[in-house]
Amino acid sequence: MAAKRKTPVKTRNPDLIRGVGKYSRSKMYHKRGLWAIKAKHGGVFPRHDPKPKAPVAPEKAPKFYPAEDVKKPLLNKRKPKPTKLRASITPGTVLILLAGRFMGKRVVFLKQLTSGLLLVTGPFKINGVPLRRLNQSYVIATSTKVDISGVNVEKFDDKYFAKEVEKKKKGEGEFFEAEKEDKKTLPDEKKEDQKAVDASLIKSIEGVVNLKAYLAARFSLKSGMKPHELVF
Amino acid sequence: MLDSGTGWRTGGRPEVDRWRLYVRGTILGYKRSKSNQYPNTSLIQIEGVTTKEEVAWYAGKRMAYIYKDKVKKNSSHYRCIWGKVTRPHGNSGVIRAKFKSNLPPKSMGDRVRVFMYPSNI
Repeated sequence: MAAKRKTPVKTRNPDLIRGVGKYSRSKMYHKRGLWAIKAKHGGVFPRHDPKPKAPVAPEKAPKFYPAEDVKKPLLNKRKPKPTKLRASITPGTVLILLAGRFMGKRVVFLKQLTSGLLLVTGPFKINGVPLRRLNQSYVIATSTKVDISGVNVEKFDDKYFAKEVEKKKKGEGEFFEAEKEDKKTLPDEKKEDQKAVDASLIKSIEGVVNLKAYLAARFSLKSGMKPHELVF
Repeated sequence: MLDSGTGWRTGGRPEVDRWRLYVRGTILGYKRSKSNQYPNTSLIQIEGVTTKEEVAWYAGKRMAYIYKDKVKKNSSHYRCIWGKVTRPHGNSGVIRAKFKSNLPPKSMGDRVRVFMYPSNI
């Protein structure tokens, strides 16, 4: 056998469908450089004399034959993309939350995270909604926009919001102790982050008439309001 | 520019605790012909929706039938059956809905909540 390569070669002839390659025989001849090998050896393929074969042990008939030919599974090279953001949602848009703890609150959209979820903030001082992730489907985008240029959202990603894994203690004695002694207080880091993001936001919000009161108020359907006729 | 939600302009009005983010609907009964009914699909009349074209906004929206029971389940007397709007029924704004489990016959005439999610606005 020829010396093995350190890195495996990518297939030169990718499958269009299983069994059908992209390139024809003549193209592959060219791609593999067989013409160069031939030229190197004066128009003829190099022939190696067969090495003397080692004595082969007599093959036993296999005990088990699969009932049908075993098929190789197809390669899956699909990479999922982040959810497509609705055209009405742009950084700085005011969104109305439709479900969850803060339903009805109006909130400022910051950016879309790699998981596809939307990063959003109240701002906290105005309506009590902290930096939070939301799903697009549970949100209505209004036509109101807030100027978001002063806000730096680079550091926030899905890992920032990951739940901390609690180390499980195994022990009977400890079981009877107050299990949740430590109240889950928000680390100061996160509080600082919230303030930093909100500082410039609140300035631009106060610049617009009524916007602060608007964000502080909640949305609610009232008698006679038909959502299919409302313009948000 | 700013949407008309609760009266946020009038600062003096106290904020009410309840926030309705659903549209009210009435359960009319099951999908049926004169003498056969098919309980896997229910017919719902949504408040304020009177034509087939208006129903298009509600297609796919989730709905919940909420009812009470004497026995507490999950520490609550309230129970819920979730479902969704599937398609319009006829020309006058009635919709067909499918629920996770079929609605019980006692629900006919009862209130159902049609939420505004999954939203497409």
